[in-house]
Amino acid sequence: MNVLDIIATAVGNTFRSKLRTTLTVVAIFIGAFTLTLTSAIGTGVSSYLDVQLASVGTTDVLSISKTAEDAPGLGDGPAKYDPEQARADGVPSPEAGFSTGVLTNSDLDKIGSTSGIRDVNAVVSLTASYIEHDNNGKYQVAVSENADLTTADLASGSQLTDSADDNQILLPASYLETLGLGAADAAIGKTVTIGIADYNGAMHEVHATITGVQNLTLLGAGVRLNQALTNELFTVQTDGEPVDYERGYFLASAHFDPASSEEQVAAIKADLAEQGYTAQTLADQIGVFQAILTGIVAVLNGFGLIALLAAAFGIINTLLMSVQERTREIGLMKAMGMGGGRVFALFSVEAIFIGFLGSALGALAAIAAGSIASNVLANTVLADLQGLQVLQFAPGRVAGIVLLVMLIAFLASTLPARRASRQNPIDALRYE
Amino acid sequence: MNSTTMTKPVLAARGIRKSYGRGTARFDALDGVSLEVYAGQSIAIVGKSGSGKSTLMHLLALLDSPDAGEVMVGETDAKELSVKQVSRMRNEDFGFVFQQFFLNPNATVLDNVVLPLTIAGVAAGERKARGMAALQQLELDDKAKNKAVNLSGGQKQRVVIARALVNNPKVIFADEPTGNLDTMTGALVEDILFSLNKDKGITLVIVTHDPELAARCDRQIFIRDGREVGSLENPGAAQ
Repeated sequence: MNVLDIIATAVGNTFRSKLRTTLTVVAIFIGAFTLTLTSAIGTGVSSYLDVQLASVGTTDVLSISKTAEDAPGLGDGPAKYDPEQARADGVPSPEAGFSTGVLTNSDLDKIGSTSGIRDVNAVVSLTASYIEHDNNGKYQVAVSENADLTTADLASGSQLTDSADDNQILLPASYLETLGLGAADAAIGKTVTIGIADYNGAMHEVHATITGVQNLTLLGAGVRLNQALTNELFTVQTDGEPVDYERGYFLASAHFDPASSEEQVAAIKADLAEQGYTAQTLADQIGVFQAILTGIVAVLNGFGLIALLAAAFGIINTLLMSVQERTREIGLMKAMGMGGGRVFALFSVEAIFIGFLGSALGALAAIAAGSIASNVLANTVLADLQGLQVLQFAPGRVAGIVLLVMLIAFLASTLPARRASRQNPIDALRYE
Repeated sequence: MNSTTMTKPVLAARGIRKSYGRGTARFDALDGVSLEVYAGQSIAIVGKSGSGKSTLMHLLALLDSPDAGEVMVGETDAKELSVKQVSRMRNEDFGFVFQQFFLNPNATVLDNVVLPLTIAGVAAGERKARGMAALQQLELDDKAKNKAVNLSGGQKQRVVIARALVNNPKVIFADEPTGNLDTMTGALVEDILFSLNKDKGITLVIVTHDPELAARCDRQIFIRDGREVGSLENPGAAQ
């Protein structure tokens, strides 16, 4: 039998017992459907993270904090007093746990003199009180502290210019309507007023021009300020502070040569770690998200695979019944000189075809259902996460799943196909 | 003994034994049978059911191998043939007709007939041509596209003969070829088989318990309890 005849015969045999084939196909369908959806979630979420990473793009910045000392164990008694650290005082930030140390100016000098670091800036906490546009009412405002570490994912307008002397501001898209700014395009170029209190509590107003509107991102949902505006606000905020006040910072950002290789960056990080600082690139920070999501998606994929495993036993069962039913036919073909290998091929091709049918239909149904669900979710529950399509169907992955199912079907077929190929024609043809 | 080609046997069995089962359940199907089948001859293996006649045919058709003794194919001991060679021989040189038709009921008559060619890997076009030729010979060419399940018993057995014939075999093995047919159609099928033997020189090995069918063969071998208990030459067999 040549290959085409084997395939044609096997496909024909598949449809001989339609109900049985259909039931087996349904079992595979469920597994392939699940696996296609879960892998689409993986693709969708990780591509969202990639976009986030690309949008934050600044690959030459490290965010540096003091490495947290291990909290003393229950029976260890209090830790030793460190006068240097105790004098430093930072504005508590929600990200900073209590065990996180504070960076002092001498820390910044040490970081700055580390080889490979070009410059270092403390990330200052600005507690602006309100934001207002054109007397449309005052609203609370959150300032994105690590704006320097990232570039914004823009809905319209342009990025901030840190070297510019004028005050620039980027607003999240969600601010526009509240502030009475209208559409994203219309907001560009308009002026907003930021209210900020000085050390003694007196309110001051600072004006800034909107240069861009950003989509909501995972990293920082607040407004972004350029260096000129940051400096002006910080000056206002610290106005009236005692002269010998030792300021502490939770975070510093440092630039390194953008052309550095991964090994060089790793060396800088190791160097800083030795001095007691934790340094992370943005890729590191996003990597944490990715690791968690990869884990979740792997578990979901596991469920899909379990469904396929169950379906594999369905295939074995179906084929065993087929072999049983076709004992005479197999015997006759063997009597007529058909080799065992060809008989094996006939049954495994049948299984592979069943696997193909189930997985192709399952994948198509998953794509149809997933696309609808994804659009509905993007417009409702996940509307705040702009640009997130939870389910994305990568052609390569879908094809991979179909091939995987066909492989599983083949493996499932080996037992019944072997039984068929070893059948003795005499036993099959004997009758009383 | 009216043929000039009877000098060399195409198939021969020499003292073959075959048993099934073990210990007390052991059953000797054949207990030392010798037999020679000459080219162009028609030979009937006659016996009751359980006599070992089918086992003898299976051994001659290389569907099984004896526990002892030799099956000779021409000059070659079948033991020395590889599995592939044996498969090819069954595919190309032998045709099979069974009492139960073993047709694929949902396939067309033509597809059933060309099965040996499909197994041999013959291309579809040639398969069709040779299949139609075989069907024509049995006056079944108008049924080529029908499903096998829709045929009468006699038609089915003629399809089976067409299938046995399609590869131009040297030997046709027929196991109770008329066992499932009424007298009329049985006689018709017998006529077809013997005319193939006479006109095309195809060797016939027929297993039967029907004395009338056996009497039409050149030679009859009687088997009882796995042993040959007699033979009969019919020089003027009714053909």
